[in-house]
Amino acid sequence: MGLPGSGLAKGLAVTLKTMTRRAHTAHYPDVQPELPARSRGVIGLFEENCTVCMLCARECPDWCIYIDSHKETLPPAAPGGRERSRNVLDRFAIDFSLCMYCGICIEVCPFDALFWSPEFEYAETDIRDLTHERDTLRAWMWTVPEPPPPDPAAEEPKEVSAARKAADRAAAAQAAEAREHAPGPDAGAVPGSGAAPGAPDADGGGTSA
Amino acid sequence: MDFLDVAWRLAAVLLAFLTLPLLVGQAEHKVMAHMQGRVGPMYAGGFHGWAQLVADGVKFAQKEDVVPAAADRRIFRLAPAVALVPYLLVLVAIPVAPDGGVGQVVDAGIFFVLAVLGVGVLGQLMGGWASANKYSLLGGLRTAAQLMAYELPLLLSAASVAMAAGTLSLPGILDAWQWWWLPWQLVGAFVFFTAGIAELHRPPFDAPLAPEEIVFGPLTEYGGLRFALFLLAEYAGIVVVSALTAVLFLGGWHGPFADGLGWLWTLLKTAALSFLVIWTRVAWPRLRADQIQRFAWTVLVPLALLQIALTGVVKVVFA
Repeated sequence: MGLPGSGLAKGLAVTLKTMTRRAHTAHYPDVQPELPARSRGVIGLFEENCTVCMLCARECPDWCIYIDSHKETLPPAAPGGRERSRNVLDRFAIDFSLCMYCGICIEVCPFDALFWSPEFEYAETDIRDLTHERDTLRAWMWTVPEPPPPDPAAEEPKEVSAARKAADRAAAAQAAEAREHAPGPDAGAVPGSGAAPGAPDADGGGTSA
Repeated sequence: MDFLDVAWRLAAVLLAFLTLPLLVGQAEHKVMAHMQGRVGPMYAGGFHGWAQLVADGVKFAQKEDVVPAAADRRIFRLAPAVALVPYLLVLVAIPVAPDGGVGQVVDAGIFFVLAVLGVGVLGQLMGGWASANKYSLLGGLRTAAQLMAYELPLLLSAASVAMAAGTLSLPGILDAWQWWWLPWQLVGAFVFFTAGIAELHRPPFDAPLAPEEIVFGPLTEYGGLRFALFLLAEYAGIVVVSALTAVLFLGGWHGPFADGLGWLWTLLKTAALSFLVIWTRVAWPRLRADQIQRFAWTVLVPLALLQIALTGVVKVVFA
């Protein structure tokens, strides 16, 4: 409270101070906004990662993802081997007139084929034009910004910790092997690589993981 | 005074009447916006929306001229003109520069100016009555009550200046003006300016219009060009009240290099006061109708009487 009229003076002071500051207005059509990574603008598709598992289409709450595919058979990798079959993506489309930007498709994708892009200027004059096919979704993929680095105190991403655990195990195995062989070749005649069957370097990491 | 001289003066007054209110309106757009952390109009005319009011005018002119079925047609149509024209007439009598820098020297200038100023408010009364709308009537009645309450302090504070100068002529008052009149007539200046704002129904005294409550009161039924004329009258009123306050209390054209730049001083003082009018609109909430009445009768009228007493005492003691 305070002196009578102090509220009036305060009102004048606040408005005058605000006038001398920069306005908060975003000059949008003239100046593009700077949106952070993972902004829910549009969904981009990185089709190399897509295995046509259909999880996204099945989890989508409003069924706005259309996927068509066919099966192809690959010849055996080695002579006498079995033929391999795989799915080939024919159509991947998202109807953005239905999409409610929940992001479940992106969360559920096990192969990281779908990404949030901050791109948002894709209004159309016809609602049917809002169904975007894979070429458009792919073009949006290139507008996905690099994710910001995690906080310094954040928990390690689980991909990184899994990879590190594997690497540590491989290193430990290698060290153990080196110790096993160290007392043997006193003359230094047999090089480490000569002790073949125990632990091929690259393979050891792969099998233990 | 030959014909050419009269024509030139009238043209100048008309030009000021057509441009200054628009300047104040544009300033209100921009000042209010920036005081609220916005930027205001940015597109019309290209550079920071300088032509926004021109665009508004074009839009208003295109609109249909609607008169309510139950309205008193002639009064309804006449009202905007009654609201606007008095301010043009007042502008004729306001001195801008020394030595004849005035549209027309009127001997009883203060009388003329204040009498005509009161007529301007009648336009809103007429609009409120003729609209056949309960909001308009309510607003019109509030306008009438406000006119009654604030005309008195307006006249009393102006009378104080007339007493000090010993003349009713506006150029005469400016000729007699000394810098120490500023503190001497300070209370009178406050009363005059406040009462002037109240007569214009500018916030915080805009209970007669109160868009959120009674939908612009007397202006509810107006649209198109007639509404634009009412708006223009409001901004012309700001110019006139600010200019009158500047002339009566702030020394008008007095200032350094007054001989050549007198008109600039008048305009600057008017602009500063207009800024104050806009500023109060942004900063302060609206008073209720009863608060407006109480402020007039218990604060402004006694203050104005006090100012008259002070003026009289100083005049008798020092002259």
